[in-house]
Amino acid sequence: MVELALPANSKIGEGKSWNGKAPAKRPKTFKVYRWNPDDGRNPQVDSYTLDLDDCGPMVLDALIKIKNEVDPTLTFRRSCREGVCGSCAMNIDGTNTLACLKPIDEIDGDAKIYPLPHMPVVKDLVPDCSQLYAQYELIEPWLKSRTPAPERERLQSPEERAELDGLWECILCFCCSTSCPSYWWNGDRYLGPAILLQAYRWIADSRDEYSGERLDALEDPFRLYRCHTIMNCTKTCPKGLNPAKAIGEIKKLMVERKM
Amino acid sequence: MSFRTPLGRVRGLGSAKDGTGHWWMQRLTALALVPITVWFVISVIGMAGASYAEFSAWLANPLVAGLFLILIAATFYHAVLGLQVVVEDYLHKEGVKIATLLVIKAAAVLLGLTAALSVLRLLFA
Repeated sequence: MVELALPANSKIGEGKSWNGKAPAKRPKTFKVYRWNPDDGRNPQVDSYTLDLDDCGPMVLDALIKIKNEVDPTLTFRRSCREGVCGSCAMNIDGTNTLACLKPIDEIDGDAKIYPLPHMPVVKDLVPDCSQLYAQYELIEPWLKSRTPAPERERLQSPEERAELDGLWECILCFCCSTSCPSYWWNGDRYLGPAILLQAYRWIADSRDEYSGERLDALEDPFRLYRCHTIMNCTKTCPKGLNPAKAIGEIKKLMVERKM
Repeated sequence: MSFRTPLGRVRGLGSAKDGTGHWWMQRLTALALVPITVWFVISVIGMAGASYAEFSAWLANPLVAGLFLILIAATFYHAVLGLQVVVEDYLHKEGVKIATLLVIKAAAVLLGLTAALSVLRLLFA
């Protein structure tokens, strides 16, 4: 449902403030969303001022430094620290992106760090992605073929393989889906840009023989057609992909098979 | 409280196997409305200061009346399709949603018929 105001238990208060031990030469303040399911309190924004001369270049470096040296209770997901795993997706400076790929230098003023928008929060910067994982499972993201498996690999020409460029690179960080107003309002029924890009990845795969069934599963006023080409997905994708185009391709195929 | 699995929830009632016609017609009517609206606006500007007799004589031309009817049909059809999307996006109480959609469709039919019959009356006057 459209929520124009935060519910009472989601109103964000001001939290603790930490200014470092020694005066910083290049101080930078990080304002980080904190919420703990166990203390029964509303979310709050804690401030941490770090010295950039004593910190790695990326936002994730700052978060790890805060966790290691200032506040071990700060909770966030991270793994590869190089934009491959998609774990550290969060809202930084008002835009969904990967903390590991976001240089601190690109942020003017205080760095505001929040979890991915409009998602249930598990703790601090960790969103509950179970709905997105279920939607990913719904589109059956694996190769489906009636032709019996060949002795060797299933062949694909270089041109057919090129059809998957711009699709296979998606790391399922869900920056796009959680930046989409349509997904905010109707995420229970709309699949959202990340899942639809993944669905198109299998529709576009020359080795897959279930394009028709895949289109059948998507042909729905909500699952597919809640996309109104707002393009937040494409604008925010930290990997530079274009989910809006992939959705457009699906819509084109929907019309094509009726002609 | 529900113990339904996330997968059970998102699979829900399955795909409606529908929506492509709606999406396609919204685009076709939009496309059609571009030249027809330009024609309409230019014609009406050209009619500035004309008397009722001059206007009704112009509209009595079958080609003009035909374009007018297409303009009316495309406009109301496009408006219904667009408003339906807005309602489905933002109204989530099923009863309110269905009632609003019915009112929108009824209003479009009534206004569209009124406009179309007015054109026909002048055509056959």
